[in-house]
Amino acid sequence: MFSRWHLPRPILRKEPDGPSPDHAARFRMAIMPYLDAAYTYARYLARDSAAAEDIVQEAFARALRAMGDCRGDEKAWLMAIVRHCHHDWRRARRHEWPAQTEDDREDPSAMNAMESHVTAREMRGLIEQLPEPFREALVLRELQEMSYREIARITGAPLGTVMSRLARARAMLAGLVLAPEDGETRPGTQEKRS
Amino acid sequence: MTHKPCPERVHALHAMLDDETDALATVELEEHLRGCPACRRELDRLGQLREYLRVPELRDVAPAALAMRISQMASPMRPRRPARAWLGGAVGGALAAGLAFLLLAPNLTEPGLDQAVVDGHIRSLQAGHLTDVAVSDRHVVKPWFNGRLTFAPPVPDLGASGFILGGGRLDVLEGRDVAVLVYRRRLHMINLFVRPTPALSGLRQGLMRRAGYGVERWQMDGLEFLAVSDLDPADLAQFRMAFIRGAHSGNRER
Repeated sequence: MFSRWHLPRPILRKEPDGPSPDHAARFRMAIMPYLDAAYTYARYLARDSAAAEDIVQEAFARALRAMGDCRGDEKAWLMAIVRHCHHDWRRARRHEWPAQTEDDREDPSAMNAMESHVTAREMRGLIEQLPEPFREALVLRELQEMSYREIARITGAPLGTVMSRLARARAMLAGLVLAPEDGETRPGTQEKRS
Repeated sequence: MTHKPCPERVHALHAMLDDETDALATVELEEHLRGCPACRRELDRLGQLREYLRVPELRDVAPAALAMRISQMASPMRPRRPARAWLGGAVGGALAAGLAFLLLAPNLTEPGLDQAVVDGHIRSLQAGHLTDVAVSDRHVVKPWFNGRLTFAPPVPDLGASGFILGGGRLDVLEGRDVAVLVYRRRLHMINLFVRPTPALSGLRQGLMRRAGYGVERWQMDGLEFLAVSDLDPADLAQFRMAFIRGAHSGNRER
């Protein structure tokens, strides 16, 4: 049902010729408007602004080269490329900092809950602490306003998985950001508070 | 009393928040919500969370240098390699394709022009530089162009047709100064580029679509008009009609 896209491979060598004028024009009109969106997504994935720049530049270079393979839904197509570039970037870095891999960070549900007024900066920090699959679903849905179907295509996950990741991401964030519900303790926060 | 939402409804609540439920499921869930305070509260919490996520600071703006580098990748005038690529084996094909375009698609003869006006439109919205003269009074906008241009664009009042004049500015198209009139319909902006009809303009009229933007092009009284907007094509066509009508009755009026 959700056919996977044909996504461009990494650029290993300089192409002998540039993009065709048609592709370049389409790239400018249909892909470049999503630069901020792509950068936002890359930054939440990489949690580093310089890395996000590299990732986005590589993603746009690949997108330009593969413009002919893009059949509609340019934003989702671009996001899928950004995602691949992020994975490649991480794979390349894996040996540089082996200690800090993605998901051995602290469990977000174990962080102390924020009190009522959460600033945007704190909010960003909380989102960045979510484990990647949840963070990614949340960012694509809430910040990029992608549909479930598009998120499924971008991440290559089934629709049901997308829905449960999103629900889980929101539950984790809500537990940290919103006032606790009466008579209910947020999982994980209780032990830390003493 | 329990505060947990019904486990079997959790995904449905999220889907409802995201407007991803069909009508039938929505009705069913609404009915459930009427009788279930815990699920109502959960939906409310999700709404609150969304409010937190709405703040613009959570969305990034790409650094200008990055935008520049990417823009250069796809620039039509890339200084580095294009010339040789063009002169390579593909020259015959390119010539044939060019000829086919010329013969078969007269309104595509200047693909750069449509792109230039769409670029201009986007730029005007992004840079907050929509108008040099921001008034809705055509008796102010029209004289404003005098002395700034060698031609006088018509500036009809189209309020009766639902297109509100927002002002005017100067812009550059293909190296020449042009007038831009800005009209608005609801939240949609229309940039109308006006310039003297170039020589050899041929049959290049009608609607082009580029990346969600429509470009409606027509000629009248020695001037060429290019209207760019994200409006529905039908609305843009309506704008063209209203403008032509308005410009003509305006001429008669004074």
